[in-house]
Amino acid sequence: MTIKEDDAVDPVLERVKTGIEAFDDLVMGGLPRGRTTIVGGTPGSGKTVFATQFLAHGIANLHEPGVFVTFEESPHEIEVNMASFGWDIRRWREQKQLVFVDASPQDRDEIVVGDFDLAGLLARILHAVRAARAKRLVLDSLTQLFDHFIADPTTTRRELLRIAAALKKEGLTVLMTAERNSEYGEISRHRIEEFVADNVVILRNALDKERRRRTIEVLKMRGSRHVEGEVPITLVENHGLVAVPLSSLRLEQKSSTKRVTSGNAELDGMTSGGLFRDSVTLVSGATGTGKTLLVTNFLAGGVAAGERALLVGYEESRGQLFRNARGWGVDFEAMEAEGKLKVISLYPEAQSLPDHLLTIRELVEEFKPDRLAVDSLSALERIAPETGFREFLISLTSFIKQHEIAGLCTATNKSLIGGQSASEQHISTLTDSIILLRYIQEGDMMNRGLMVLKMRGSEHDKQIRRFTIDAKGMHLGEPFGGVPDVFGDTAIAGPTA
Amino acid sequence: MNTDDVADEAVRPILRLYLAGDAPGARRALEGRKRIIDAASEPIDIEIIDILERPAEAEIAGILATPTLSDETVTPPRRLIGDISNTTQVLEYFGYGNKDASG
Repeated sequence: MTIKEDDAVDPVLERVKTGIEAFDDLVMGGLPRGRTTIVGGTPGSGKTVFATQFLAHGIANLHEPGVFVTFEESPHEIEVNMASFGWDIRRWREQKQLVFVDASPQDRDEIVVGDFDLAGLLARILHAVRAARAKRLVLDSLTQLFDHFIADPTTTRRELLRIAAALKKEGLTVLMTAERNSEYGEISRHRIEEFVADNVVILRNALDKERRRRTIEVLKMRGSRHVEGEVPITLVENHGLVAVPLSSLRLEQKSSTKRVTSGNAELDGMTSGGLFRDSVTLVSGATGTGKTLLVTNFLAGGVAAGERALLVGYEESRGQLFRNARGWGVDFEAMEAEGKLKVISLYPEAQSLPDHLLTIRELVEEFKPDRLAVDSLSALERIAPETGFREFLISLTSFIKQHEIAGLCTATNKSLIGGQSASEQHISTLTDSIILLRYIQEGDMMNRGLMVLKMRGSEHDKQIRRFTIDAKGMHLGEPFGGVPDVFGDTAIAGPTA
Repeated sequence: MNTDDVADEAVRPILRLYLAGDAPGARRALEGRKRIIDAASEPIDIEIIDILERPAEAEIAGILATPTLSDETVTPPRRLIGDISNTTQVLEYFGYGNKDASG
């Protein structure tokens, strides 16, 4: 993902916030004031939601009234359809903060003969603009307007240009929607964007591995910078569209030198004093190597140090997680009763990845934990296409760091001994520390080994340490002799000294 | 206004001509209107609505394009958009007789 700079950048372009937070970041703060933006998308991609949110944010938060010119749904339908996002359109209409121009299809007999103009439409729009003292204006959708005068697209085009010019003269920030036939074809039917828009934004709702994947992409911003590429976006009740930001924009978070305990004194020793406050640690290992135990220790260690800890589990139920903890002498119930711990168990398939990310964000903002464990990333990986998963990881890790939380994520190896999981490949460059848990064969014994593979900004023990698990948890022991190959398919230790 | 007038109103058809200011298209439409009234086999009243002065009425009627000649006495309304200079065609579309044709 790169930031694209179109030829001449006008530094004085004032920005109009759309209220779609992460989207505003993509376009350097919002849509340029007084300009025209086309939002293109296939049916069901969220164009009307985007347009309504643009108006709603102006009205509800910035004292900027708006006009909604609807060519498709009636104002009443929009009122009803948008209610679930928490927008009180009826009240805004009563207060004249939102004025509709209803150009939705009406029952009438109509013929078109010879030349005409759309002065009627323009007069109505300007009338509504004055009534509302509007700053923002939506035309939804232009495609419907073209379809209305299907016999004469040339005239419609000419008239639309005239309308766009008149609206620009009024200083309005205009958002027009346009329908697309396919997700990756021409920008819009009738090529509307080519003659009327300063800026072009594309909403997509594509099928990817049998799952819907919504994204938003800024295609063009005249005289202004923007972030290129598709960004995941999702529809949230009582909220509207929420873009899920990519961290390339936000890698400026400061890193702390403050250490926190991993929950295991021996592991703290190996890492020269514990994990960093705002770092993300990946624990990778095959099933049964002790990842969930490490997570449990991590949470309990935090709570014992007076921190708040949050566990988001995707593999086991709450009951199972509590039972596991009890088996290692950790009382999750008591910690939860104290309000120091929150354990949430989610079913990966229940929602899309961007929605999972939003859930985690909401949980963090609500519970305000000092440390967060996600067990496991691999469970989430199976519901997502690869690109989507990478975006998710980038967003998650940057979010954790931004909030100065100590994060611990687990990844499960597919093969029991060694080998890499895909999450590992994705996350290894994004995490600050990596802890490997491996089965290591020694003669006719299968033992467990732990190694700190990487720890950003710190010295660490580079040995592969043997460990055992009992009713009191994990115990790190002596290093393995020889040189077990923890990355290969088989990890075989040499003869012990 | 007495009862006779009301009865008279009821039987007397009214068309509306929506136009925008004095654009060339509007002027042509006004000429067309005059010819239609002259040519009709019965008296027709065609009300002129300048949408630049009365945008609220354009909103109520749902007018997008001008000129529009509209018969709002029928449901749904019957409309002709664009060029109304072909008098015969216009009268026929709205279901009126033509003096020339009838005489």
